[in-house]
Amino acid sequence: MSTYLSDFNFQKRVLWLNGLIPFLLLVFDLLNKNLGANPAEAFIRTSGVVSIVFLLLTLGVTPMAKFFNQHWLIRHRRWLGLWCFYYSVIHLASYSFFDKAFKFNEIIEDIGKRPFILLGFLGFLFLIPLAVTSSNTMIKKIGTKRWKKLHTLTYWIAPVVVSHYFLIVKSDFFYPQLFALLFSIVLLYRLVIKFKN
Amino acid sequence: MQDKKKENLRKFIQVIFYSLSALFTFGLYRYFRPTSVNNADVTPEKIYDNRKLYLAKSIDESFEVEKTAAEQLTEYKHIINYNNFYEFSTDKASVAKEAANWKINDWILEIDGLVERPLRLNLIDIYKIELEERIYRFRCVEGWAMVIPWLGFPLAKLIEKTRPLPKAQFVAFESYFNETVMPNAKYAGISFPYIEGLRIDEALNPLTFLATGLYKKNLLNQNGAPIRLVVPWKYGFKSIKSITKIKLVEQQPQTTWSLANPSEYGFYSNVNPNVDHPRWSQKRERLIGQTGLQDTLMFNGYEKQVEKMYNDLDLTKYF
Repeated sequence: MSTYLSDFNFQKRVLWLNGLIPFLLLVFDLLNKNLGANPAEAFIRTSGVVSIVFLLLTLGVTPMAKFFNQHWLIRHRRWLGLWCFYYSVIHLASYSFFDKAFKFNEIIEDIGKRPFILLGFLGFLFLIPLAVTSSNTMIKKIGTKRWKKLHTLTYWIAPVVVSHYFLIVKSDFFYPQLFALLFSIVLLYRLVIKFKN
Repeated sequence: MQDKKKENLRKFIQVIFYSLSALFTFGLYRYFRPTSVNNADVTPEKIYDNRKLYLAKSIDESFEVEKTAAEQLTEYKHIINYNNFYEFSTDKASVAKEAANWKINDWILEIDGLVERPLRLNLIDIYKIELEERIYRFRCVEGWAMVIPWLGFPLAKLIEKTRPLPKAQFVAFESYFNETVMPNAKYAGISFPYIEGLRIDEALNPLTFLATGLYKKNLLNQNGAPIRLVVPWKYGFKSIKSITKIKLVEQQPQTTWSLANPSEYGFYSNVNPNVDHPRWSQKRERLIGQTGLQDTLMFNGYEKQVEKMYNDLDLTKYF
């Protein structure tokens, strides 16, 4: 069975298909008025949460691969990270459209004034160099060592975006706390591995 | 021949795997983001087309308010499916479902405290009170707004029946609370029963309303059945739902949200585009049903009717 599924390109297509599904459903729900009374809020929040889920998967894939001894998983980290980036673009674009009607100066003002917008924007800014340098050619261009150093940025994005999530909640912190816990487990696992070596 | 068979089997297994994984992701997504329910068979809003003014004619003409360009009555299905009622759920889209099985029996509304004649009203007493309709703006502190045709009576009408003593300076309200009916309340992060308060002059203002219905129907559980407060110039959380106790008191009462977070929610909580919530702006609002945002009005547009009560109050300090 595993020989039928171990084809890398096949695995990549599975990831592509499943990465696309939340986006397709989100757009489908928007067009069919399935997003409830406040579709703008639902669209913005959902795209944000899906982006965080992909960030969690990106950071979690290495510990998972090591823990379950499934090293082939690590080869899919790049695309998990890119899906995180794509959903963050959708998240930022939908906020800019629904809440700010693409008024650039108002977005800048919002970033300066509101910590949770600033944190979200920082998270997005950190993702850009990682997405841009994700290809093999880019790794070769900047050198593996420097590339690895640059990509440790990923670990800083997690606390930034989880704080971003915490700050929009009024009193029920269940989901931001859940993400905080999951990210902590993943990051702690990595620290333990690092010190062991 | 053997190779072709193998190749076909490989493709077959892969197609199954594509489908299963897609089904899994689909299910996971739908679990967290179900499609919104459409449990409103009738659309009573049709009856209300072309209404110009927000208040019933039963009160003075000076209480009429012009509507803004985008404003029309919010669709009934949105009013009953987008609710903040933290006892049932902190997810606005889930409150209707979570509150659906709550049976309202033997309701007692007590009005007492500094009054000559305390009252204990059951549902029959409440429904006997003559009803009028008020079309009010409703602005939530979260930045969204609705226009709602309430059915009910002025709070003043009820308070006057109790003959308040001169010492009564404030009115305290308390919501129904029952952990077995409201198991999700423990996740809400605020304490229950929900309590609210008004200054006596605010409570007696002709705009302040007790609603028992909307769109000419009895209130549904998620909207605060059987009786709730409506204070249209204050943020929505002041309009306490499912009231069981009203008490006239001397000192300013505690209120749920300012107890939970005093730096973010004050006692007054008047709608004010010039005083931001510490974490987000209050300058604009999304009128439910509209895509973009519209400007929020001072006192939610009821400035003419209420501003004289706050002449001596620093609204930045007493937010």
